[in-house]
Amino acid sequence: MSTVQVVFTLNGAAVSLDLDPAERLLDTLRYRLGLTGTKEGCGEGECGACTVYLDGLPVNSCLVPTYQVRGARVESVEAIAAERLGPFLAQGATQCGACTPGVVMTALWIGAHPELLETHTIRELMAGNLCRCTGYDGIVDAVSTALGHGEPPV
Amino acid sequence: MQRREGLAKLTGRERYVDDLPLENFLWGMTVRSPAPRGRITAVRFGNDVDWSEFVIVDHRDIPGPNEILLIERDQPVLAASHVRHVHEAVLLVAHPSREMARRAAQAVEIVVVPEPAALDFRVAPRPEQIQYAADNVLKQLKIEKGDVERALAHAPVVVEGAYETGAQEHVYLETQGMIAWLEEDVLVVKGSMQCPYYVLNALQHALGRDERRVRVIQAPTGGGFGGKEEYPSTIALHAALLALKARRPVKLVYDRSEDMAATTKRHPALVRHRTGLTEDGRLLAQDIEVILDGGAYVTLSPVVLSRGIIHAAGPYACDHVRIAGRAMFSNAVPFGAFRGFGAPQTLFACERHMDVIARTLRMDPVELRRKNLIRDGQRTATGQVIQDGTDRVAVLERALALSTFEEKRRAHTAFNAAQRSKRRGIGLATFYHGAGFTGGGEVHLNSRLRVAGLPDGRIEVLSANIEMGQGTLTVFTQIAAERLGVTPDDVVIGEPDTARVPNSGPTVASRTTMVVGHLIERAVDDLRTRVGLDDRARGSVVKDAIAHWYAAHPGGRLVGEAVYEPPPGISWDEQRYQGDAYGAFAWAAYVAEVEVDLRTCATRVIDFVAVQEVGKVINPTLARGQVQGGVVQGVGWALMEECKFKDGAMVNNQLTNYLIPTSDDVPPIRVAFVENPYPHGAQGAKGLGELPIDGPAPAILNAVAAATGTEPRAIPLTPERLMDLTR
Ligand code: FES
Ligand code: FES
Repeated sequence: MSTVQVVFTLNGAAVSLDLDPAERLLDTLRYRLGLTGTKEGCGEGECGACTVYLDGLPVNSCLVPTYQVRGARVESVEAIAAERLGPFLAQGATQCGACTPGVVMTALWIGAHPELLETHTIRELMAGNLCRCTGYDGIVDAVSTALGHGEPPV
Repeated sequence: MQRREGLAKLTGRERYVDDLPLENFLWGMTVRSPAPRGRITAVRFGNDVDWSEFVIVDHRDIPGPNEILLIERDQPVLAASHVRHVHEAVLLVAHPSREMARRAAQAVEIVVVPEPAALDFRVAPRPEQIQYAADNVLKQLKIEKGDVERALAHAPVVVEGAYETGAQEHVYLETQGMIAWLEEDVLVVKGSMQCPYYVLNALQHALGRDERRVRVIQAPTGGGFGGKEEYPSTIALHAALLALKARRPVKLVYDRSEDMAATTKRHPALVRHRTGLTEDGRLLAQDIEVILDGGAYVTLSPVVLSRGIIHAAGPYACDHVRIAGRAMFSNAVPFGAFRGFGAPQTLFACERHMDVIARTLRMDPVELRRKNLIRDGQRTATGQVIQDGTDRVAVLERALALSTFEEKRRAHTAFNAAQRSKRRGIGLATFYHGAGFTGGGEVHLNSRLRVAGLPDGRIEVLSANIEMGQGTLTVFTQIAAERLGVTPDDVVIGEPDTARVPNSGPTVASRTTMVVGHLIERAVDDLRTRVGLDDRARGSVVKDAIAHWYAAHPGGRLVGEAVYEPPPGISWDEQRYQGDAYGAFAWAAYVAEVEVDLRTCATRVIDFVAVQEVGKVINPTLARGQVQGGVVQGVGWALMEECKFKDGAMVNNQLTNYLIPTSDDVPPIRVAFVENPYPHGAQGAKGLGELPIDGPAPAILNAVAAATGTEPRAIPLTPERLMDLTR
């Protein structure tokens, strides 16, 4: 198998990897780098469990070939400060936790862009993150009570 | 108290089975049947693969009987000569590279000579389709109370109806997975599961190993909803067989499409009602027939059927009731446990039928329910006398008040008259759910729980009951801490590891808080007695006594224990299906408001109120979350989640074409609790987990009926189905 070298910034640090150009960013994070906070829920861009930031924008890492992030900035849930997450705990935004890291990434991104709430509801903005446990109220409540201050997520 | 493991989940630090560090391991893959039924005549290994790199397992590698131990032993671990459903596991392969293992699995061809398959559970099988007993009936059960035929013959009004519910996929966000490895001579299996002892028993049986040489550990589990009740035994066996042959650790984790194709789903059902009433709507007779599609093996269908028929008559008083149920064999991927366990199907039929009755009688559906809701002192279909002191009409009134039912009904009349293409309606369901195992089930389980004092004065709860999102870790902590008057930090919940924890039973049937939580209370009482204290001793007194005990008993181990005891006065006749089916029922009234777009026939739930009486609420945030999550799963089942089958297998086995509700598909779910503590549950709690999936589908369809004037009788009520009714 021919490999290519890919250099990018991950959670603030430079990484350089030799890998199969088809390898998914999700697998690179989880299996190559041991960053298992990012989850796989569907592997086809439907559930959002694998959400990471690519140059500051949330993306589904199951759809991104790692080759494509060369030279870019990637942040995963491991970069999120735990102090930011109190409201999620208080509102019951997590149950089984399988969707949760992805939910956190999207939710904090919404918080960093309060202007989005002028044209979209939280429910619309969170619709790319499937959750089978909470019924979404806990998630939506956490976003609406705690966020919207425009702070960058990481 | 906030969720104990919540921060670990929010930060991504919680490690599920696929996140666990594992060295020098192989990825396992499953080769499956391409046909619904037939004889295996050959297994062909493709030429493009260097098979010497792979570990390959088939039925000949199974040391013990080729049986997955459950109610019956009809299901093989790996098919040997015959297959009975598409995706039945035939062969296993393993390789250090997941991609190589995947490709190899695809390069194996299972050659099957087809035989006539039974694919529609609703029609009687032809002789050549018979594969179970004489008639493909997996299980038949009957409840009889009074004289139904006579009562129907004399009833002034008889209303009939037939109702259908579809299969539903669990879509736990974490797919099924197991890892297996050997520690010396001990086989260790760790993974995503609800019932560690089910897995342990299945491993012991098929691998011919005694308890000392098998150990099962539950890894943090990303949702279950029943889907991880029985199926994990299969995947555990597969991972174990590969690990035993490879003498290396093996990881077997399904991707979403394999999970949706190969694992269990909610049983499809057909329920027929024939109901006799007085002209003013009092129930005189209920004649109910319940047919479930069991799929290709018995699995848990008999008990799903049992719970289904017991709930089929609804929370009403009626003197003459007959409920006949059967679960049918079909060559479909076996259907299995799913939150509610048969009750959602029969309660959908019952509650939809109540509205059909109301319309037939030109009666208010609310009034029909007020009139018939069971009152204390009256008997259920199995003859169980209800006398828990709950005011079920008050639960209903609360839901009506919160939802402003009457105002909305009036507003809808005006709205519908003014609108060209939009229709609004509001609908109701009143229902109940029995908590814990049915009948003598809890006695038979004989659950056992242990708590250990730790040398520093803390206590550890040792149980086989697991956290899968529903809040076990938090609620168990609260129960133990409250009983001893210590802080939550003084309580440790032990990892569910069969080498360490006693069998406190499966994490199913809404039994964990009520039944097992009560065992915790009794076990900590026992512990307190063992350190010479009585029930009044609390807090630091208890902690100090535990620490002193260790000082006085070097090398000793302080434990308290409890074994299940049925609540007094409970009796159940398994032969006649009469008696006290459950120690306690939870009661509820749910109201749905919908808007239907007549052009697209899309239905949107615009408001939802869920009122329930579940005994005492131990943790309001967790309890509310359980209800909201259950309701939204019910919205999906009612309106959008449709398993499309071909040859008994799901063909839309992806989240791109099997749609579950997103945050934007549902309104806020408004939840309220009426509290009436149950004396035999932990802190007065009754079971809660399953109740919320029972009510949404009938409430929503009743709302659609009110909005459109149609009588939808089948779910999911997709736009296509509704279009057929409105055009
Ligand atoms: S795993 Fe990437 S969107 Fe579901
Ligand atoms: S918390 Fe389980 S899927 Fe969201």
